[in-house]
Amino acid sequence: MSDLLELQRRFAAAVMHPLTKNETMPRRRRDGVANTSEAAALIKPNDRLTGFERLEIYNRQYWFRLYTSFEEDFSGLRAIMGSTRFDRLMRDFLTECPSESFSLRNLGSQLEKWLLAHPAYLEPRSQLALDMVRLEWAHIEAFDSGEDPLLDADDLASIDENSRLHLQPYLRVLELHYPVEDLLIELRNEAGSSDSSSNNASVARKTRHVRRVAMLPPEQIFLAVHRHQNSVYYKRLDREDFRLLQLLLSGAPIGQAIDFAFEDSVIPEDARGPWLQQIFASWSTFGWFTQ
Amino acid sequence: MPANRFNGFTEYGVGIGLRIPHYQHILTRKPLVDWFEIISENYMIDGGRPLQVLDQILDQYKVVQHGVSMYFGSVSDPDPEHLRRLKRLVNRTKTPWLSDHLCWGSVDGRYTHDLLPMPYTWEAVKVTAERIRGVQDFLEIPVVVENVSSYAEYHVSEMTEWEFLNEVVERADCGILLDVNNIYVSSQNHGFDPFSYVNAVSAERIAQIHIAGHSKFEKYILDTHDHPVLEPVWQLYARTIERAGPTATLLEWDDNIPTFDEVHAEALKANRFLHATAAKISAPVSEFVFQGAAQ
Repeated sequence: MSDLLELQRRFAAAVMHPLTKNETMPRRRRDGVANTSEAAALIKPNDRLTGFERLEIYNRQYWFRLYTSFEEDFSGLRAIMGSTRFDRLMRDFLTECPSESFSLRNLGSQLEKWLLAHPAYLEPRSQLALDMVRLEWAHIEAFDSGEDPLLDADDLASIDENSRLHLQPYLRVLELHYPVEDLLIELRNEAGSSDSSSNNASVARKTRHVRRVAMLPPEQIFLAVHRHQNSVYYKRLDREDFRLLQLLLSGAPIGQAIDFAFEDSVIPEDARGPWLQQIFASWSTFGWFTQ
Repeated sequence: MPANRFNGFTEYGVGIGLRIPHYQHILTRKPLVDWFEIISENYMIDGGRPLQVLDQILDQYKVVQHGVSMYFGSVSDPDPEHLRRLKRLVNRTKTPWLSDHLCWGSVDGRYTHDLLPMPYTWEAVKVTAERIRGVQDFLEIPVVVENVSSYAEYHVSEMTEWEFLNEVVERADCGILLDVNNIYVSSQNHGFDPFSYVNAVSAERIAQIHIAGHSKFEKYILDTHDHPVLEPVWQLYARTIERAGPTATLLEWDDNIPTFDEVHAEALKANRFLHATAAKISAPVSEFVFQGAAQ
């Protein structure tokens, strides 16, 4: 191994190791390695700082930068969990799943998967919290995913039941158990308001919002997260809309997607034709169908 | 030498960093600005508002790309997806040169998202120069590397930071984005004369200069980009353009961002030095010595 690679691995291991509760660099790491001796071996002291203290600057910078980005991406999850439990989740998730992308935008890409493998972090509001994670990640993807050219009239005219419709890359559909989109909108409106009330009052309001949603009986919600004129929107869907979009997004032919949408549907047989015409027209207006 | 092959033979004047809080002001008021520097990673996406705003800016202004995650000094190869997206953005912006930092920040596929200091060793010179050459060949535009501010020095270093910078840019045949605030910050943290650094840098390779503010703590100085430029940094700036000639200059202000007009006014203070230097260069005899500037 090259000397440079060894140095970078040792430095990164120290920098990416979690901070103590006091947000300082631990003297000894979880794997037993002493940061004091690692710092002394790698870093020169100066007349004001030891090698350990100089390395600690980078250790703290690393975590503060990641925390800032993660908190911004998952502010709804933080409101649901409370800051203490959210901070523990954030630290443990980022320790196990450090960034593997050049962009901080992707920092939370593995969060849902990680939480499904570590459900204890979300108790006792597991379903509510998981719904929020799904919504917040879908929002990130809807915000900056690509936008393909729309289908033109000729394309639309040539569609039959065997056609596969392409949908906008920014469109996401979610099946949720709580109306978390209402909660997230309220939280974001509050964060963006010019209300000059104290932080304590703001925290109290957030807590009230969360409690109100958590008290609601679980309710199956279908949601499209999409973009219009560069703003992200949440659109409630019916069960049939959701199932149809879900299959179209998976690349299934239209006929198969329609059959799936109407399985166990309450929509009467004779109303299905007009229903399909209406939703296809509506989605076309949104610009969801692409070439 | 305001224009050289490392900045695509451009004469760009004084620019400022394009930041989200200023989007609305710029798009509606259309202020006169020589150029904007964008953080490449903010626009290496597939769609949405950032790219729409960028396209509107590109319609009216010159834009230069500045990256924060190429990590020329990392041993691991660059992520091909990163390079592909970067090249797509280069084609969109037509940036005449592209800058990123002389640092490392990823190892074994894991990213720290920080600008970590290099050990100034011959092995690091070789690795870094090869990587810069590879990126430059792929992007097909001039690449310039920026010195970072640092808070740690390695026992294994075999040369000074400025010797390391000169060796790397010579072997990579690339330009320099000289951040004089970073030089000042590092000089205070490591106890060297910042003018020794400025006086030693290969002046003919300086393609761009960064100026910024910093924060002083009890035992060290942090490169925070949240203040106006401090006087010692202006002195280093003046010395740099005395050596390199009036060079494309950019003010970085990334935190506690004030109004657009305040940021722009701070950036335009650079003109005081640019104009003075230009006048002295055109004058027959030049006597231009700054306090503390080693000759």
